[in-house]
Amino acid sequence: MIFWKYNLMQQFMDLFAALGRAVLFLFHALLLMGAALLRPRLVIKQIYSIGVMSLLIIILSGGFVGAVLAFQGYETMVDFGATDALGIMVALALLRELGPVVGALLFAGRAGSALSAEIGLMRATEQLSAMEMMAVDPMARVIAPRLLGGMLAMPLLAAIFNVVGIYGGYLIGVEVLGVDRGSFWSQIQHGVEWGKDIGNSLIKSFIFGVVVTWIAVYNGYTAEPSPEGVGRATTLTVVLSSVIVLALDFVLTAIMFGG
Amino acid sequence: MVSSRMIEAAVGMFLCVGVAAIFVLTLQASSMNRVPSKEIYTVRARFENVGSLRVGAPVAVAGVTIGRVTDITLDKKMFEGVVSMTLGKDFGELPKDSNASVLTRGLLGEQYIGITPGGLEEPLRDGDEIQLTQPAVVLEDLIGKFLYNAGTSQDHQQ
Repeated sequence: MIFWKYNLMQQFMDLFAALGRAVLFLFHALLLMGAALLRPRLVIKQIYSIGVMSLLIIILSGGFVGAVLAFQGYETMVDFGATDALGIMVALALLRELGPVVGALLFAGRAGSALSAEIGLMRATEQLSAMEMMAVDPMARVIAPRLLGGMLAMPLLAAIFNVVGIYGGYLIGVEVLGVDRGSFWSQIQHGVEWGKDIGNSLIKSFIFGVVVTWIAVYNGYTAEPSPEGVGRATTLTVVLSSVIVLALDFVLTAIMFGG
Repeated sequence: MVSSRMIEAAVGMFLCVGVAAIFVLTLQASSMNRVPSKEIYTVRARFENVGSLRVGAPVAVAGVTIGRVTDITLDKKMFEGVVSMTLGKDFGELPKDSNASVLTRGLLGEQYIGITPGGLEEPLRDGDEIQLTQPAVVLEDLIGKFLYNAGTSQDHQQ
């Protein structure tokens, strides 16, 4: 009984310690942001591999998500003769929820997993230790540029997702299903507010960008230096960041739209 | 391996596309750009009931938007809704005895303020108050009246 209790306590302590290490890791990396900005080459390279390489999947998914939204919304709205409101439904669903959330999930799958595997492999092949031996801080050289790149890329990716999604919805709603083009756009312009909808969409996607990149680089950095360890770190990154993005989205939505 | 010049160009294009997406959202999808004119003046109107009028709702004459609702407050003495609106100067001068009413676009659409011009020579100026107003029609009241009337007319028939 005593052993069991001790074990439970120990496990809780381990959990808190891991959480604390991750938070300190984030602060450490954020403090080195300035140093990362002094080496724009490194950051640009990361924006390329995190952001530019995710463009295709973001654009494709955005188009399909918008198109499906238009189909499903039309099916329900046509019964009430409210198909004129299709535009605003598609636009608000994308801006408020689907753009940031689905964007972040795709981002975790495409960029987060790659980051974890890359840094985990650096750990496994002792490149990080080699850097330390050469008095190069891997936090400043490897982690900070990646974190900065993720923070910058995610809001842009989500904005692109939103725009492509709205045009996907337009394509299906107006060109295929025959909703009036004028009311599609005027309902969107009427219903979307800059601060409440577009601003919150950007804030959400920025926060998701920080969280996903943070989880990815932390898992890679603390990966066990073995093939299994790198695999576990990659899996953990995708699973953890998906769950945390969805949970965080609930909290952010409650704060932004609840009151 | 892609050369570093290509990478820089790709990142630059990515940033441009991303910023362009935000601009498209701002200009195409929100109502911020549609300020009717640069020179504006503000008038107020009191309503017995403002219905579900929101800040940012259009103000229209003959269906043409000439301004927006900027503020909705409650008069603490008279318990009336006080609606402030900014109107564009390039839509001409409205007569002082114009009539403002809270109208609904379509059967269940959004509410807006419709102004019917009066006949006086004297125009509305900045800070004036529109005296003649009609409150929003509450759908429940309308249905209530309709049901009441239907009931009484049936009684007559019997």
